[in-house]
Amino acid sequence: MITVSPIMLSIAGSVAALFVVFGLGVMVSRQMLASLRFFMGQSIALTLSALVLADALHTVNLLWVALITFVTKVIAVPLVLRWAAGEEVYGRREVDQALGIPASVLVAAVFALVGWFAVAPVLPTLHGVPFAVINLPTGLIMVLWGAFTVALRRESVAQMMGLLIMENGAFFGSIAIVHNLTVIAEIAAAVDVPIVALVIGLLIRSIRRVTGSTRVGTLDKLHEH
Amino acid sequence: MNTEWLPALILLVPLCGALLALANRRSAPYFSVLAAFITLLLAISAAWQVEAHGPLSGSDGLFYLDALGALYLLPVSFVYFTSSLYAIGYLWARQQEQAKDAAEPRYRQYFPLMNVFALVILAVPLVANLALMWIAIELTTVFSAFLVAYEDRAEALEAAWKYVALTSMGAMIALLGVLMLYYGTHAAGQAPTWDGLLKAAPHMSAPLLLLAFVLWLIGFGAKTGLVPMHTWLPDAHSQAPASVCAVLSGVETSAALYMLLRIYPALAVNPGIHDPAAWYMTAGLITVGSAAFMLIQVHDFKRMFAYSTIEHMGIILTACGIGAAVHEQGTVYQLFAHGFTKSFCFFAAGLAGIIFGTQEIAKVRGLISRAPAVGWALILGTLAIAGAPPFALFLSEFEILDTGYSNGQYLPTGLLTAFIVIAFIALAYQATRIAFGTPDTAQNEPSPAIKIPRSSLAAMAIAFIPVLVFGFYLPPPLTHLVHEAAQLLEVQG
Repeated sequence: MITVSPIMLSIAGSVAALFVVFGLGVMVSRQMLASLRFFMGQSIALTLSALVLADALHTVNLLWVALITFVTKVIAVPLVLRWAAGEEVYGRREVDQALGIPASVLVAAVFALVGWFAVAPVLPTLHGVPFAVINLPTGLIMVLWGAFTVALRRESVAQMMGLLIMENGAFFGSIAIVHNLTVIAEIAAAVDVPIVALVIGLLIRSIRRVTGSTRVGTLDKLHEH
Repeated sequence: MNTEWLPALILLVPLCGALLALANRRSAPYFSVLAAFITLLLAISAAWQVEAHGPLSGSDGLFYLDALGALYLLPVSFVYFTSSLYAIGYLWARQQEQAKDAAEPRYRQYFPLMNVFALVILAVPLVANLALMWIAIELTTVFSAFLVAYEDRAEALEAAWKYVALTSMGAMIALLGVLMLYYGTHAAGQAPTWDGLLKAAPHMSAPLLLLAFVLWLIGFGAKTGLVPMHTWLPDAHSQAPASVCAVLSGVETSAALYMLLRIYPALAVNPGIHDPAAWYMTAGLITVGSAAFMLIQVHDFKRMFAYSTIEHMGIILTACGIGAAVHEQGTVYQLFAHGFTKSFCFFAAGLAGIIFGTQEIAKVRGLISRAPAVGWALILGTLAIAGAPPFALFLSEFEILDTGYSNGQYLPTGLLTAFIVIAFIALAYQATRIAFGTPDTAQNEPSPAIKIPRSSLAAMAIAFIPVLVFGFYLPPPLTHLVHEAAQLLEVQG
């Protein structure tokens, strides 16, 4: 049975709160650049969470997770986006979305409840996993919010942010329970994010070249007549 | 005989094919066909070894191939080979059809991507670790996005974007499920592999296992094309080149379904999870039923085959639920036969599209009188995929329904029968309109400049062999492999 000090639990809880706030920022921010900055902030919160857990649980593997997260999401992804859709992201352009911000926040609150109730029966069964009660519900809520962001936004770069916060959510939830991914899986996971970002970035470039914009909300030619 | 190197070699050959194709544009198609052919031979050899000596493992536990994996590996490698051969002439003819003065097809973009795409699909049944399987499945989307968008039109990019957004969203949802199972197996002192999961499952917390499964069902369900996460599938198939559709529909969607099938025994042996078969039957029947009705009102023949893929994914999922604890031979045979049959259908559809310059069913009539080989291929492919005798899918669907009725599963089996019949009628009706209708000479006259490419016809002829032969003869080693694979899904007692 692993015991951790209340201070570490409160630090982990504070980092989780930051993680949620940044996630909400990605979902509702009106400008693309702000959305990207919120995503970077959230990735830093994920890095911090991995460092806190690495220290509290004496797990070296989580230090690797922290390093991989920081390098891929805080450094590599913004660079890829600058290259793929620099004008769109850094031009302080407003992002279209299907719902207004108050309605989006309301839906996000409902998803938070759904996420919590989905994880609640699991938590009592996770004996000896002190941070699961903080990280697992937060992670699942972020996965749901990310999916909602993809559905909500009409802009390819903003939808990509949704996908990336989903991945942040999955990792935020899992670092509390999984500290032992094999080395090959960790390397593969580290390579995976930049590849995904690069390919999606290339696709965004193609969309902009062919349609003159990265707004995917206007791409609606394909359906049954 | 030392066979440890086989799984690694199966992945190494497509990688070499990709690198050679990238290095030499002119020879790119030939390097790819050669790599695909060697991969097919290696896959047959690996399946043979599994059938004769049991599961293969290698590279210090990095790879593991059992009967179900081997049975899935065969259609993947076969479709990779036929699709590579088909693409050589098809891409050329498609380029000529769209713009007469166009340059050569972009082989240097297409073939390296196709080789890497095949590599990651092949990795799904070969790697042992659950996290690596997830990475392989996610990368199938990444490497095929530009194959879907190959024609570089707004519609193709729209289809590729929808495909990437929806299936990546699914992958992220499944990721949390994968990592939960990672925890579950580790907590029970087991390795995060199929075998470890099965051993750990009885001791795992039921809420954890159930939540992980629900995340898999939604996440991998999006990639499989389960309704309502199916919307990317008809769009991607209507825009992607037919050679890509053959791989996407024939074997890529089944990669995620393979994951959903393999988790079933773990759910069934956990004492806290009651009747997991009901989840499979419900999700499967919703998918089959929706696809059957969508097939009635479809207007594009490539979309028609895409809806048929959705239907088959639903049939396999329902079959897994129906056959639970009894008999899963129909389920695994359906998974096996669908790959061969669907790729053949897309090969025929692709050539029909080139002949008429359109995919709209209403504008295509009298295909048999214009191009008999393609017309008959379309008719036979449609009958085969609809489950008519004497083709392979008839046997598997008959087996599934027989299992359901003989075990008293009257309601789900009755519904499945009704949906299969509706889909059969819809498919047969659409295919007969295309093949036998009176040719409209006023519009859509085929261009005399466009000839049906010989490599594509050859690939189609090769693809037809298993579709026909496996309907009435399955070699004894393959029969044994099907039996062994079915046992991996059956939960005794």
